[in-house]
Amino acid sequence: MANTTTQTTDAAHGTADMAHGAAGHAESAGMPQLDFSTFGNQIFWLVVTLVVIYFVLTKIALPRIEAVLADRQSTITNDIAAAEELKQQAVKAEDAYNQALADARIEANKIVAEARAEIQADVDKAAAKADAEIAAKAAESEAAIAEIRKGAVESVKAVAKDTTKEILAVLGTKADAKTITAAITARMKG
Amino acid sequence: MADESAKKSGGGITKIVFFLVMALVLLSGLLFAPDHAGLAIHPMDQFKIAPLFGGEHMSWFTPTNETLWMGLTVVGIVLLLVIGTRGRAIVPTRTQSVAEMAYGFVYKMVEDVAGKDAVKYFPGIMTLFLFIVFANFLGLIPKSFTPTSHIAVTAVLAMIVFVFVTVLGFVKNGAGFLGLFWVSSAPLALRPILAVIELISYFVRPVSHSIRLAGNVMAGHAVIKVFAGFAGALGLFSFLPILAISAVYALEVLVAFIQAYVFTILTCVYLKDALHPSH
Amino acid sequence: MEGNIAQMGQFIGAGLAAIGSGAAAIGVGHVAGNFLSGALRNPSAAAAQTATLFIGIAFAEALGIFSFLVALLLMFAV
Repeated sequence: MANTTTQTTDAAHGTADMAHGAAGHAESAGMPQLDFSTFGNQIFWLVVTLVVIYFVLTKIALPRIEAVLADRQSTITNDIAAAEELKQQAVKAEDAYNQALADARIEANKIVAEARAEIQADVDKAAAKADAEIAAKAAESEAAIAEIRKGAVESVKAVAKDTTKEILAVLGTKADAKTITAAITARMKG
Repeated sequence: MADESAKKSGGGITKIVFFLVMALVLLSGLLFAPDHAGLAIHPMDQFKIAPLFGGEHMSWFTPTNETLWMGLTVVGIVLLLVIGTRGRAIVPTRTQSVAEMAYGFVYKMVEDVAGKDAVKYFPGIMTLFLFIVFANFLGLIPKSFTPTSHIAVTAVLAMIVFVFVTVLGFVKNGAGFLGLFWVSSAPLALRPILAVIELISYFVRPVSHSIRLAGNVMAGHAVIKVFAGFAGALGLFSFLPILAISAVYALEVLVAFIQAYVFTILTCVYLKDALHPSH
Repeated sequence: MEGNIAQMGQFIGAGLAAIGSGAAAIGVGHVAGNFLSGALRNPSAAAAQTATLFIGIAFAEALGIFSFLVALLLMFAV
């Protein structure tokens, strides 16, 4: 410690401003940072250290890290492109699916409509048949009723003729059948 | 004493364990306390430079303890940036991502602060940053030596920056570099005065640049040492300075990084001045 | 210490120089506080200005470091 020795010699020389020894820090006299005798040594080793670090960095470390970062960047870019492509494919697949779904829906609607038309036709046919049958039955019934009514009118006429003849016989008048029939017919018409 | 306080606190088992550990620490401190316990604090002894392999004589190439710790910074940088990245993995390992983070951190700083055309000086700035940050952090290991606490070291670092930046400024801009001192936005009458001020502040740059780093590191280490001296003198109550040392140590971890960052970013600022001297 | 006026002056000077460190602390607090109040007003712009913050802190702190250095020199080197 060249500095220490110079300072202690200073103190020994009796200079009043150097009294570290008296103050109780005999060993820590002076700052090692200001010991100029070590400066050459420090600067030499610092320069050596810095040169070594600089060469390690420029020759090995920095190019390597730069390459790794560039690699990663390109990988990420490629991956993003691939993902974009996959996304496009997915969109396309979804479109196709939607298209198929729409087609199926149209098909189903068509089938439903056809089935409905068929059923409607059947129903219509059955209804027409039923209508015809009903109409036939009604006509038959009407004919029967007309027969019955006709029969009834004849009976009434015969009864009226007989009755009229009897009444006339009781009254003592003789009338021929022809006149009576005509009269009754006229009466019944009125 | 510590046991009593543990009973009084009546907390969970963790508290009791904590106080027992504290008591053990204190007792061991008593056992191993130096005989001359007292206020014998030598905060500057830790910065002493001595030849590594004994001997008294120290010439300019003698390996010293400082040489050892500078060498360890190189080893650390090689471990992190060369061995740590040897996998060249696309998906990085932990060490590799730390190395990449350091690279990206400094690269972005150079690009943002000094400009795009300063990127070609990036390796040099990276060298400065890595040396300072590794020296600072290795210096935080107890019993170690911190090269950056020495003004000779930081002054060389600052002078390298200063000379490089000044020469670069004149090479790139010629006499136009002097425009750095001619504040064209100021009133004409004020400009000569401002030029003198700017000139002084320009030449003070390496001084503040170097002393800031060395002073911060030295101050932190000296403060820790002073508190350690208190701990030796206080006997049982030495846990108080020990707590203080823990707090200061945490601050020092922060300072170790921030000072490296500040040194680097100021280098970038000076570099920007050299490349674009217009005020 | 018996009657050593020079050393007394040395220590007093060191103590006075150490006041400068406190002043630098005020300056650094100013920088950081103003940064914070600005950052809270406009948080989106804060991230871009952290580098400026550190540069400002560094300049404010440099002068405190000078006074600290003077104190150290008075204590140990003069």
